[in-house]
Amino acid sequence: MTSTSANPETLSALDRPNSYIGKTVPRPNLDRLMQGRGLYVSDIELPRMVHVVFVRSPHAHAKIIGIDASAAKQMPGVIAIVSGGELAAVITPWVGVLSHLKGMKSAPQNAIAIDRVCWQGEAVAAVVANSRAQGEDAAELVSVDYQELDAVTDMRTALDPTTAVIHASLGDNLAFERNHDAGTVDQALAESDEVIEAEFIFGRHTGVTLEPRAVVADWNAAEARLTIYQGSQAPHMVQNIAALHLGLKESQVRVVCKDVGGSFGIKVHIYADEMAAYALSKLLRRPVKFVADRVESFNTDIHARDHRCKGKIGVKRDGTITAFEIDDLTGIGPYSMYPRTSAIEANQVVNLVGGPYVTRNYRARARVVFQNKNVMCQYRAVGHPIACSVTEGLVDLAAMKIGMDPIEIRRRNLIADDAYPCASPSGLRFEQLSHHAALAKLVRMMDYDALRAEQSALRARNIHRGIGIASFIEVTNPSAAFYGVGGAKISSQDGVAVRLDAQGSVICQTSITEQGQGSESLTAQIVGSVLGVSMDRVRVILGDTDNTPYGGGTWASRGAGIGGEAALQATKVLRKNILDVAAAILQSTAGELDIVNNVVVTVVDGAPRIELSELARIVYFRPDTLPPGIQPELMATRHFVPREYPFAFTNGVQASWLDVDIDTGFVKLLKHWVVEDCGTIINPQLVDEQIRGGVVQGLGAALFEKCVYDERGQLTNANMADYLVPMSGEMPDIDVGHVVSPTLESELGAKGAGEAGTAGAAAAVTNAVNDALKPFGAIITEIPLTPQIILTALGRI
Amino acid sequence: MTAAVAISLSVNGELVEASVLPRLNLADFLREHLKLTGTHVGCEHGVCGACTVRVNGDIIRSCLMLAVQMHNAKVETIEGVSDSGEIADLQSAFRERNALQCGFCTPGMLMAAQDLLQQSPTPDREQIREHLSGNYCRCTGYQAIVDAIETTARARAGRSP
Repeated sequence: MTSTSANPETLSALDRPNSYIGKTVPRPNLDRLMQGRGLYVSDIELPRMVHVVFVRSPHAHAKIIGIDASAAKQMPGVIAIVSGGELAAVITPWVGVLSHLKGMKSAPQNAIAIDRVCWQGEAVAAVVANSRAQGEDAAELVSVDYQELDAVTDMRTALDPTTAVIHASLGDNLAFERNHDAGTVDQALAESDEVIEAEFIFGRHTGVTLEPRAVVADWNAAEARLTIYQGSQAPHMVQNIAALHLGLKESQVRVVCKDVGGSFGIKVHIYADEMAAYALSKLLRRPVKFVADRVESFNTDIHARDHRCKGKIGVKRDGTITAFEIDDLTGIGPYSMYPRTSAIEANQVVNLVGGPYVTRNYRARARVVFQNKNVMCQYRAVGHPIACSVTEGLVDLAAMKIGMDPIEIRRRNLIADDAYPCASPSGLRFEQLSHHAALAKLVRMMDYDALRAEQSALRARNIHRGIGIASFIEVTNPSAAFYGVGGAKISSQDGVAVRLDAQGSVICQTSITEQGQGSESLTAQIVGSVLGVSMDRVRVILGDTDNTPYGGGTWASRGAGIGGEAALQATKVLRKNILDVAAAILQSTAGELDIVNNVVVTVVDGAPRIELSELARIVYFRPDTLPPGIQPELMATRHFVPREYPFAFTNGVQASWLDVDIDTGFVKLLKHWVVEDCGTIINPQLVDEQIRGGVVQGLGAALFEKCVYDERGQLTNANMADYLVPMSGEMPDIDVGHVVSPTLESELGAKGAGEAGTAGAAAAVTNAVNDALKPFGAIITEIPLTPQIILTALGRI
Repeated sequence: MTAAVAISLSVNGELVEASVLPRLNLADFLREHLKLTGTHVGCEHGVCGACTVRVNGDIIRSCLMLAVQMHNAKVETIEGVSDSGEIADLQSAFRERNALQCGFCTPGMLMAAQDLLQQSPTPDREQIREHLSGNYCRCTGYQAIVDAIETTARARAGRSP
């Protein structure tokens, strides 16, 4: 590990004896999950709880002529059958737009469809029953009369004048368009030695959280309070939205997030069926449970990455990249998701293309269109895999055209490590990146020259291996620039309250949430380090709007960087307060004292003076023995949000080494490398595992994952047998290395690491496949790289 | 065929008598009737492996078996093998290696891993990966899980990891 700009003065709170910062320590509370003692929403049962099952549209676009539930209502265990119109009495519709996305439009969406369905899988009626099985039995008897309407399924023709308009009130099927023009693109391309164009096609895919979306909504009419148990990444956002649309105050809504079975951005949105569950609880005045089954998950969990992006790159013979130009088209389904909108992904593509490189000449257009398919929205590494695949694909095509090694063209064009701060051609500001250090480290880790030699030797034996490189940047630690400025009540700040209990242990309440990333661990590590207590004395409470400070939660790689800094600052205050009390008790001064291993010690010689447990005993039970005028404050709260930079960009580079079977079209992944720079590393193991997990989701997109729709808007592979996700047997070992450039915007210096793996994995694999196929003159710019795609490119089928 | 059927079985060493509908699958029986919620339901069609339990010594997908098929059977779940200490070393290796993130696949993963280690005391990485191919994990990317199982196998074989 190499450190570039660590500032010892500003890191003093972390640079303490027995610091947990930078150390691999096991996450607290893993035993609960390993022994089957977790509490996922699907495990929750409440008194008088009923289950909701949704009748869902079999059509992509249809008018609802009538719903006959008379037979279903007679079925055993049925409590109620509720239509969209009936539910509208307790919940209002919403429109998923943000004001800073200029010109963006969407149509009002209801919790349950009223009059018209706009995608296969949209809920048409809710069947509430004593058990889920009884609800499913009754749902089969709900008869819905539909009149099919023209379905808009091909994003390429969605804007044609002859194509039906999904929402007449909007005038057309265009949700959002962004144009960007920087530098002198036309002149740069004209002066280039070569200009290469390609169209990049991405398979629509989804998150496949292993625990499906689930919610238990409990409206207590006597308390006039709604408690929502849900595996959300952003509990305060859910609180705000539920209150807003149910006509409640936020103080009347409590959101509780216990264990969450995978999120990846799937569980950061507000879904219509979850809103319906909240509303049904209010309507029926009892707890209502909704657990999506796997078919529902595929049809209603947000999809992502359905893009076709035309790209152009200019290059000179010496390898200088002169310009990038893209024209991105994406289809988001019939509604923009709420409240984060479905335009962010395309917006990110425009923001990120060309980001690692020096050239300032960049032109981009992105169009976001409606279609009668399931909704699309932000999924792990939003927009990054598209931007990275387009950028890195174009860079490799340029290198191939001028006969330059892929490493060399990057060396000649990546922004120099000493050029910061600077801005990208799309106007994003970079504080400190380390592309060259990362690339140099990657080349060493993978032993690039040896691999090239091996590749060459194997080609002679008709074994076709490829090396693919992909540099990337990642958006982390988002400020209010992401959502707040657009009017969404999604907090960009986080808060932490930390207190010493009566036995000298520490209780820490944080507004970030845990879905397995290690939020609890990193919080406990920071608190333990700053305070000088052992981690086993720190208990972290999160995921409960009644019992944590207000904050954003865990998404967009923000938990460590923002929530971690709040924990650091709160704990510094607590430490000072403890030392003030200790000084009073010991007739010393705070400056002469420190806390080490749960004991107040003298700084000069480390001599133990008073145990924290003894100090707590005095403060809580014998305050009468303290000197007059001392009022101990053994609880402290601090909040943090980045203010200087809208985003803390990270960077990195990935490499793939793989084998293409030119007879079958199968790709075997042999090895994958990642070097990334997320600033201060709190727990190296957790960072590495975030990278690996992220890479594998990117590898899934590269090779397997695709929601296959037919021309009528029917999802044809909505099950786990037909929708392929990576299995252990086909995944490679992944080596992870780091460069460390802490952000100076916080004392902690941490940036995010949750999405870096996903950002660049597919680009590295695609470049490696094209490298392997070089002798055949085949170029592929479409993922997933199925055997069919590869054999077609080879002209074998 | 829709009337409840009486069954008698052993679950984690305890005798269980129950009256169940023929259509009730074993996963739902364990979760909803016995409140053994450590057995997770991820896909309900036998692909994801989150509901893996042991029946008469063999691992099976409890979403693909019916409760009525369990008459006279010996069923063991994650709660049982945890309480007995049978997989304590495996769980310890998972903890040290951070071989779980959200933990939803983990009970099934541990059941499958223990099954492998019983059949094949010193599997190589490829064998481990092959044996786990019926257990999906969306968080870890599998490498940490493979590492933890490899470590446990070596420790059990009395060699240093």
